[in-house]
Amino acid sequence: MTDPVLSVSDLRAYYQTSAFGVQREVRAVDGVTLQVGANEIYGLAGESSCGKTTLIRTIAAATRPPLKVVSGAITFNFHGRRIIVTDVDPQALADIRWKHLSCIMQGSMNVLNPVRRIRHSFVDFAFRHVGAPMPAFLEMVTVHLQRLELDPQILDAFPHQLSGGMRQRVAIALATVCRPAFIIADEPTTALDVIVQNSVLAMIREVQRELGSSLIFVTHDLAVHANLSDRLGIMYAGRLVEEGRTADVFRKPMHPYTVNLISALPRIGRDNRSKGLEGAPPNLADPPSGCRFHPRCPIAMDICRRENPPMSEVAPGHRAACFAVTPERTQ
Amino acid sequence: MMFTIFRDLFRSRGAFAAGVVLLAFVLLIAAASLVSPYPPNDSFVVAPDLAPSWPPVLGTTSRGQDVFWQLTFAIRNTLLFGFIVALVSRIIALVVGLVSGYAGGFTDRVLMSINDTFIVIPLFPILVLFYFVMRERMSWTLLALAMACLGWAYDARLIRSLAMSLRTREFTDTALFSGMNTRQILTQEHMPYVLPIVFSTTMNNINWSIGLEVTLSVLGFTDINTPTIGVMIYWANQHTAMVAGIWWWIFFPVLLVVITFIGLFLLAVSMNEYIDPRSRLSRVAT
Amino acid sequence: MTGPLLEVRDVARSYAMGPLLSRHRVRAVDGISFTMPSERAEILAVIGESGSGKTTLARMILNMLLPTQGSICFRGTDLSEIRRGRDRLDFMKRVQPVFQNPFEAFNPLKKIDRYLFMTARRVAGLNAISDVENRVDEVLRKVGLSLAELRGRFPHELSGGQLQRIAIARALIPAPALLVADEPVSMIDASLRLSIVNLLRRLRDETGVAIVYITHDLATAYSISDRILIMREGRVVESGDARTVLDNPQHPYSIMLKAAVLSPDAASFTKD
Repeated sequence: MTDPVLSVSDLRAYYQTSAFGVQREVRAVDGVTLQVGANEIYGLAGESSCGKTTLIRTIAAATRPPLKVVSGAITFNFHGRRIIVTDVDPQALADIRWKHLSCIMQGSMNVLNPVRRIRHSFVDFAFRHVGAPMPAFLEMVTVHLQRLELDPQILDAFPHQLSGGMRQRVAIALATVCRPAFIIADEPTTALDVIVQNSVLAMIREVQRELGSSLIFVTHDLAVHANLSDRLGIMYAGRLVEEGRTADVFRKPMHPYTVNLISALPRIGRDNRSKGLEGAPPNLADPPSGCRFHPRCPIAMDICRRENPPMSEVAPGHRAACFAVTPERTQ
Repeated sequence: MMFTIFRDLFRSRGAFAAGVVLLAFVLLIAAASLVSPYPPNDSFVVAPDLAPSWPPVLGTTSRGQDVFWQLTFAIRNTLLFGFIVALVSRIIALVVGLVSGYAGGFTDRVLMSINDTFIVIPLFPILVLFYFVMRERMSWTLLALAMACLGWAYDARLIRSLAMSLRTREFTDTALFSGMNTRQILTQEHMPYVLPIVFSTTMNNINWSIGLEVTLSVLGFTDINTPTIGVMIYWANQHTAMVAGIWWWIFFPVLLVVITFIGLFLLAVSMNEYIDPRSRLSRVAT
Repeated sequence: MTGPLLEVRDVARSYAMGPLLSRHRVRAVDGISFTMPSERAEILAVIGESGSGKTTLARMILNMLLPTQGSICFRGTDLSEIRRGRDRLDFMKRVQPVFQNPFEAFNPLKKIDRYLFMTARRVAGLNAISDVENRVDEVLRKVGLSLAELRGRFPHELSGGQLQRIAIARALIPAPALLVADEPVSMIDASLRLSIVNLLRRLRDETGVAIVYITHDLATAYSISDRILIMREGRVVESGDARTVLDNPQHPYSIMLKAAVLSPDAASFTKD
């Protein structure tokens, strides 16, 4: 990949709590390495508590105690300017936020200040990054909204006057007004109805295409990934277990967990009688040894209990972390 | 199990440890009243107006009483009074708040109208009026009951709003369909959420009632024959202790009641965080 | 009993909304009618987006709300006549809910087996401790869990999927005739939804319990339902046999709904 916009290398981020004499360390992200290129939508999938939200928070440099980056590095590359997020001071972070790196979160509607008009949210977030006088700034915002097919009159509305889907669209407009190079989206459509979800996804696709930004899109819903992401990464228990172009991952899933996830998707017109996985995702405060999936894996081998499989390339551009599918097997 | 909680709190929270120490100190003094060599109401049992020295550790009063032994009775009675007021008013507040919040509708409106009437009653004038009506028949139990009746309204509203939000939570519906009746739902499902608030209001209530008692007693609007902190100060004022230079008669009661206040406050603040359901959940070890 | 299991007749529910001086009525449910037969256990899917009134309908069937118009009859008894405690308990023996949010369904401060034992004692009327435990273990095994692994555990120790299975098990303890599941899988990960929904179908096959399955997810409704009702703004816009309606929707709203469903097969076509 020619100079990725985002490069995460061997990231470990744990929640370390110590309350009333009880110490706990939850290994939410435990050795993740990935890269996101320019003009690319990278999808991140996995069950809840697999660590994807923690990963996103760490990438967005929004970590607060008890969450702590224990090791590893996160490097951004914005038009030639490199920033190591894990190693930079808060002021530099504040400068890149919103201008180069912005976020669309679940319940983004809550990002909008409920007691002020929408216009003020735009001013609060983006004004200082643009560096233009107020009338020019508002003009820019209006043009941006029109381009996204939103009526500029909503600037005068209060958040509660808009529907959930509309607020989410406003939140997307807000996140993209400074034309950032990198956008992080964490389950932006999960709480929305099917029809609204479609229009919001269409808007995200349109925005990304127009700005040429890179986008990390996190959701547990693989059907959304199938329709949006260019590349797809599957996380399980704090680790990345498979990654590749979305079409490849869907057509030929390698890791047993991915195989199961894809077969568990219901489809209209098909008789969906699949058998799910036994058990539940592991407790990240006390994860299993070796491969974290081995207690539930239908093809677990002896080595899976002892060693953690590394992410290795099983096909061009397609990686998986499983001893059963990697070409080199330990004899 | 209670012991492990106590021990955990004691070790990890300085405020709790400090509160426990202070209150233990106060309670010790109150307990000492049981071994007092002098009956509480007798006067002129020792030489009057002696400054603190040994043996009258805290000095003696102008009425010939040992300040220390008087204090043991005073703090015991004051604490007992505060405790009874808090207990009775908590019970009233809980019942009214829970029933009103859970039932809603007409019951809620009726109860809250009564509640709001009690909130706006001016406490001090009413209590003074109460004294003037009761006069010689005034007793501590009566006063305690009167104050309990005046002290529940504010907290009942607090409990009610909590009960209302609990009513809408899904586990209340699950409990309903598991066959629980209203009384069981309120006591078993909702109580654990309501108790932290009740606890913290209890501490406040004790402080409030002690404060009010002291105020009334100092002004002579209570039964001044039973020693309490306020009554001690009343008598000290009657004998113009400050002017006469008998400072220890006023200083030590005030000091002890301040220690009590601070101890109760520290206890409430530190226990509250511990009992709070949300912090409890994050603490349960797996 | 030859009458229908559930008969909903022209039911409506409206709320007064707005400020004190200019209140207007909002019709959450507006004239719904359908029946569920008692000869065979059926899974009826009620599909609608938010604001369609489906949750209000569910609450009315569960007798948690009374309709402002029309009537709901369960096995011939009009629900508005159920007032006394004993009658309510009898009703709960026959009709049980499964709610949307598995994390909120149980009190986080209490052990989870408590609800199971309580239902067995109070609703199913079992007394001896061995009867209670056997029944609880029996239903837990039906959903793929067991009493041994859940004894003494708190809700936060379990995953959303497990909690929802326990909620279903709890509802099955009194051997109800009807289960009303209000969006039972919408708060569960997409990858786990099918296993829970298939569980519902398997329970219908094994125990003969009829299910009202309320959802906005067309794909899972397609998998397990026999009949389907599509609701919009309080009214039914289309109804009929599930496969027929979903394979070939007629009403414009149904067509729009079906078109909005994202298909995983889209990934199999190469993107540019």
